[in-house]
Amino acid sequence: MILYILRRVLYAIPIALAVSLICFMLVHIAPGDPINAIVPPDAPKVVVDQMRKDYGLDRPLPIQFGLWLSRVVQGDLGRSIANRRSVAADLMAAAGKTLVLAFSAAALGFAFGCVFGGTSAMFHGTWIDRTLVGIAIAGVSVPHYWLGMVLVIIFSVMLNLLPSIGAGPGDWAWDWVHIQHLVLPAVTLSVIPAGLVTRTVRGAVIEILNQDFVMTLRGKGLSRLRIYYHVAKNVAPVALAVMGLQLGYLMGGSILVETVFSWPGTGMMLNQAIFQRDLPVLQGTTLVLAMFFVVLNLVVDLIQTALDPRMRRR
Amino acid sequence: MTDISLRHSDTARAIEPARKAESLGYWSGVGQRLRRDPVTLVCITILILMLLATVFAPLLAPYDPLQGAMVRRLKPPGFRGHWLGTDELGRDMLTRLLYGGRLSWFVGITPVVVATLIGGMLGMTAGYVGGKVNMLIMRTTDVFYAFPSVLLAVAISGALGPGIYNAITALTIVFIPPMIRVSESVTTSVRNLEFVDAARATGAGAFRIMRMHVLPNVLGPIFVYATTLVSVSMILAAGMSFIGLGVKPPEAEWGLMLNTLRSAIYTQPLLATLPGVCIFMTSICFNLTSDGLRTAMDVRN
Repeated sequence: MILYILRRVLYAIPIALAVSLICFMLVHIAPGDPINAIVPPDAPKVVVDQMRKDYGLDRPLPIQFGLWLSRVVQGDLGRSIANRRSVAADLMAAAGKTLVLAFSAAALGFAFGCVFGGTSAMFHGTWIDRTLVGIAIAGVSVPHYWLGMVLVIIFSVMLNLLPSIGAGPGDWAWDWVHIQHLVLPAVTLSVIPAGLVTRTVRGAVIEILNQDFVMTLRGKGLSRLRIYYHVAKNVAPVALAVMGLQLGYLMGGSILVETVFSWPGTGMMLNQAIFQRDLPVLQGTTLVLAMFFVVLNLVVDLIQTALDPRMRRR
Repeated sequence: MTDISLRHSDTARAIEPARKAESLGYWSGVGQRLRRDPVTLVCITILILMLLATVFAPLLAPYDPLQGAMVRRLKPPGFRGHWLGTDELGRDMLTRLLYGGRLSWFVGITPVVVATLIGGMLGMTAGYVGGKVNMLIMRTTDVFYAFPSVLLAVAISGALGPGIYNAITALTIVFIPPMIRVSESVTTSVRNLEFVDAARATGAGAFRIMRMHVLPNVLGPIFVYATTLVSVSMILAAGMSFIGLGVKPPEAEWGLMLNTLRSAIYTQPLLATLPGVCIFMTSICFNLTSDGLRTAMDVRN
């Protein structure tokens, strides 16, 4: 097992390097001079030339990548062009808010998905199954930013029950005021993982119910409830893996929902960075979110292998 | 998020090579099963109608999509000949929805088509040639899988700047890796079957084997997977315009319209959600069609 963990970690390193290379290239595929990513466009030429030299932008690309990487490893993601603040510091605050949102959405989606998927498989082939599968497909196909708008119209505009903008005053806390702000964005974001988990759990449960050992359990005279306990134990690794990876997708993909609800997370940062052509912020945010995803992939894979050794990859 | 890479169950099912039905021939069997599937038929009909409506938008639309008037801003459906009302600049909603479909479908489908061509070819090459070539292509694919797809699309098109072709480029890059994975695994499973060996024994070249023997078997699963991707792509493409990447105003596009109508949720809530209903309809129809096709093409079901 230790050898396996070591191998998986070693395999993640080239991936992480390649991911940072792509993030590095983001600034270079952007139209215009990459120096614009560091100094404001109205800076005097002397300053521009000095900065170009300081940042090594007059050097060949591979060396630039090395320099950039060594700064990133030390936690320096550069400064925002728009407000000259440190990207890393702003990112820390925003990532916390997005993590709260993504985690709540993933938990909600997981709960709904397991209940829907389990029920659907239990009633396999009946109208209950078909209805739940239909809901799951709708969940996967819905443009969630539109769903967010619809929820705002219903719960904020018409019923005046929940706030529709922001994450509440000050720093995040798990109190009523903040949770009120969290409800709508989290529900909106949870729809897609709910649909995916429903499909996965349904498929897995149906498959396991058809296996020989379930027949044996039935033959032994176990009650339905006890049988479902055995099924749940077998489905758990798959469901957890889907949900774990979903957390990463939700972190990286929350930009649309954050835009709808003005949730002050990484998505909002990305959104503003795009509008202000703030390339260091764009680059830093993308890098941090992608790295989070790489690490998450690794962790999910290891947990899954620990739960079910048959999953072990080559 | 709407995620292509996570639908492993779909991928796994899509990659099973289609087997030939005995007497009737494979495709007529598929056609027969499709005819008995009302959901898929309804979805395909809706999609065709939507496509026709957008193609013939200039003939069907009662007004000019860009011509507005401040005096009739945000009027409710049914207002003086405006069946679906008017938007925040007084432009006819029905007209703009019809014209909006053109760009939404174009930006939604083009990336999938291009990605299917490029990804399909790369995947077949990787699967057929194997060895170092496979290694190179598949490991590169792994790197792109290390990004959440929405993030990758937003980052690339954010770096390139707003614009319809930049959005298409970004989405294409996002969809190529999953397409490679699907076609690679089907090709690998077909490559070792007897008829490929037989073809090789008769002296057929690699290119001929790929074209005559591998391609027909790979095409079905790839097509099914592509229809699923279109559903994701429509949502993402409209989403990019929704956050200001992609299509620029005053052009009519569903995602963009949804964004500009956000200011109207207090005055005309129903109106503000209409473009989203269009995106939802298209996306769910593509999803259900893809499910139907998969069932129809997988003979074992």
